[in-house]
Amino acid sequence: MEGTAVLERVTWRVAKVVAVHDETATARTLALVVRDWPGQVAGQHVDVRLTASDGYSAVRSYSIASAPSSDGRIEITVERLPNGEVSPYLTQEVMAGDELELRGPIGGWFVWRSDHMEPIQLVAGGSGIVSLMAMIRSRRSAGSSAPFRLLYSVGGPEKVFYRDELRALSNQGDSVVITYAYTRVTPKDWPRPAGRIDAPLIAMGTWPSTLRPTSYVCGPTSFVEQATDLLIAAGHDRERIRTERFGATGERK
Amino acid sequence: MNASLNYLDGNAAAGELSRVFSVDITSAEGQCANCGAKRRFAEAHLYSHCPGLIARCALCRHVLLRFANVRGRVFLDLRGMTYLRVDAAKQAEGSN
Repeated sequence: MEGTAVLERVTWRVAKVVAVHDETATARTLALVVRDWPGQVAGQHVDVRLTASDGYSAVRSYSIASAPSSDGRIEITVERLPNGEVSPYLTQEVMAGDELELRGPIGGWFVWRSDHMEPIQLVAGGSGIVSLMAMIRSRRSAGSSAPFRLLYSVGGPEKVFYRDELRALSNQGDSVVITYAYTRVTPKDWPRPAGRIDAPLIAMGTWPSTLRPTSYVCGPTSFVEQATDLLIAAGHDRERIRTERFGATGERK
Repeated sequence: MNASLNYLDGNAAAGELSRVFSVDITSAEGQCANCGAKRRFAEAHLYSHCPGLIARCALCRHVLLRFANVRGRVFLDLRGMTYLRVDAAKQAEGSN
């Protein structure tokens, strides 16, 4: 049939889980090897499809965390949601050797290409760090010296993804300037009480608007709206702010 | 949680829309047929709790796109946009 040809152009690829490790008590990174993977740009995501034995299937979007590479290996980090349909399986049951169905890479707007030299402001809310981490890793693997800053809003120190890697990064000279903003629990003797991001934090943790950075804001919808409003209030050009929203619950779709 | 924030954005529709578009749709610029705003599709507000997907203008909330997949038949309603501009040349050189 003519119509079916159009629908079948979309390929669900088979992805084999090759390694898993926990980022936090509720989040896990899955390393996948994807057959015929065409490569990705930092910031892109994939759709993962799980199909039950009765044919019911569920599709969810997950950001790619790893830097682009040509070996067909990608990593996604999945936050477990209490009433999620897909995330409990991906964070608690999947093991190395299992296979998943995957569609992607997806998205050409919320991306950073490593030949761009302009200042970059990353703003992460919770698991919104994942796609921004891909940009940070892409910058490093390409040897880019584009000025990067990260403002990472997170529930508490134990909720931080990629903790050791980020710490190592911020200790290097020509690297990513990182500001943490804790919303529920802070480390001991932290100068700022726990709370949502606000104007003083934006002033302290982001490039001045006069540098005309491109900003990438990723997180739950309410976070993205708030952070974007604050950036615009601080003088940033709306045209230079790119956003990706997870929705109220953090579960996309 | 504020119910009015119960949306995602155009990025989250890109996988489903790749069923019908051979190019990346998130970086395409669309013009809202109601208010005339020209925005990237990635910036549209996406409602996905319905059967299918509804994208609304981030500015005036007018419906830009409706998408439904019913037993393998895809319905696409684009009349909420006066145009959708795809930078095809740019995409060809990128790796989308």
